[in-house]
Amino acid sequence: METNQKLKYERPVIKQLNTGVTNKFGPQMGFMPHTHIDGIAVKDLINTYGSPLFVLSERTIRQTYQEAFSAFANRYPNVQFAWSYKTNYMNAVCNIFHQEGAWAEVVSRFEYEKALKNGVPGDKIIFNGPDKTTDDHMVAVQNNSPIHIDHLDELYSLMAVSQKLGKRPKVAIRVNMDTGVQPIWDRFGFNYESGQAWDAILKIIQTDRMDLVGLHCHIGTFMLSTNAYAVATAKMADLALNIKRQFGIDIQYLDLGGGFASRNTLKGTYLNGADVAPSFHEYAEQICSTLIRAGFRSEELPLLILETGRALIDDAGFMLGTVLANKRLSDGRRATIMDFGVNLLFTAFWYEHTISPAQECSQYTEDTVLYGPLCMNIDVVRESIRLPLLNKGDQVVVHRVGAYNMTQWMQFISLRPNIVLIDTDGQPHLIRKAETVEYLTQLESTPAHLSAFDL
Amino acid sequence: MKLRKSVAVSENGFVFNASRGDSFSANPTGARILDWLRDGKSEEEMKTLLLDLYDIDETTCEKDLYDFLKVLKQHNLLDV
Ligand SMILES: Cc1ncc(COP(=O)(O)O)c(C=O)c1O
Repeated sequence: METNQKLKYERPVIKQLNTGVTNKFGPQMGFMPHTHIDGIAVKDLINTYGSPLFVLSERTIRQTYQEAFSAFANRYPNVQFAWSYKTNYMNAVCNIFHQEGAWAEVVSRFEYEKALKNGVPGDKIIFNGPDKTTDDHMVAVQNNSPIHIDHLDELYSLMAVSQKLGKRPKVAIRVNMDTGVQPIWDRFGFNYESGQAWDAILKIIQTDRMDLVGLHCHIGTFMLSTNAYAVATAKMADLALNIKRQFGIDIQYLDLGGGFASRNTLKGTYLNGADVAPSFHEYAEQICSTLIRAGFRSEELPLLILETGRALIDDAGFMLGTVLANKRLSDGRRATIMDFGVNLLFTAFWYEHTISPAQECSQYTEDTVLYGPLCMNIDVVRESIRLPLLNKGDQVVVHRVGAYNMTQWMQFISLRPNIVLIDTDGQPHLIRKAETVEYLTQLESTPAHLSAFDL
Repeated sequence: MKLRKSVAVSENGFVFNASRGDSFSANPTGARILDWLRDGKSEEEMKTLLLDLYDIDETTCEKDLYDFLKVLKQHNLLDV
């Protein structure tokens, strides 16, 4: 019998106490182990699907969508969401939003084709963005998709397309404006204050080759000011009411774009994102009450379209990863190297992601630099994060990574990993397979004279 | 390698270096090693002690001890 019971080991640590310097405020997140996602153990997910791994919760996506939709639908009679494909265009994700009733919002032919293949009817695919070729226009016009015109050159080329096809495109113009928030996103669309937007509207109406069905704006992203939306809504409503007054044309929809903040913490702010991000209700209140008071007759209230991206999906995405090594930097700081970096977690450039250990952890914590595995200096996941003592092989969960990572990830140095969706019954589904060397090299071809060498 | 005379370690892991006015907090493993350092134990001796006391493998023990001693030096807690 073993009599010599050994003590449970914990790595020795010592931490300087800074008297006189108050701690950053906000809750100390990330020390509670996060062992399960929607009932499935992180350990099992990694065992089955490997590490690193993206995990999405269908339940959270649906709940978040329903919360956002009802925040608007309870305040305004006529609301339509359009899923912003670039935020996360995994087909499984798009189809959850489409099942919930969202249209598609795309900014490239690639995304447009994806939406069509997913089965979205052409007239429910909103085609945004500055990059549309003549062929893109042709296809969108044939499919009766609303085309949001970004600049005068697009307006003219679309006019030519409409002449060629003998068909009237359904269009909106993208409007940019001063909403009191800097920076003004004036690089997209036509400016409101300078009269460019009105000039574009006149041009469309007077040339009479297209149907001006809507007005669009997207005033920025991660907008913490809800008031900016009241300003934007008022300016959009003003344009629509002027069009009605001068030409008798009813603008069918106002598309307020995206931009609601998710509950992530922005870099360089001491405020915890979950505490400062306005709720859907606060955004909805500003937009809907402005629209209702703007002066439309109640039977003429336009359809309100929203292209909310990150706020609908960030919470539903997790990145699971594993500690590769610990190091001590020359200045004494501790560094931990993870098996995921900015190649997969593009949003690490903007956010201080919350990271939790995935197993029982020590109560002692250490300030650590969190590096990714790339041989590149830029590969920093967190510049400084207080974490329980982590050892090689320990697993972590990165929270709120659903938006922009599974689309902006880079195939750089390593291959992209599996993506798993956990359905509402708690069953995991592989929705995108990890890339392989064969998959990546199939598009390459090596000229004959470079096919062999002798070393 | 020895703990500086000016360094006091309390039972609950509170560490105070009187010569500089710095204070620290160590976890129980850390505090134990500080005690051994005060007694003048060598790195090799401390490793043996850790392996006897705790449920760990030799590599982890060696890596962690090495790292911990580096941090103590960085914080000016050791006479070298
Ligand atoms: C035109 C348009 N609509 C919607 C979105 C989604 O924005 P967000 O993720 O900030 O809600 C974007 C993103 O930049 C966009 O450019």
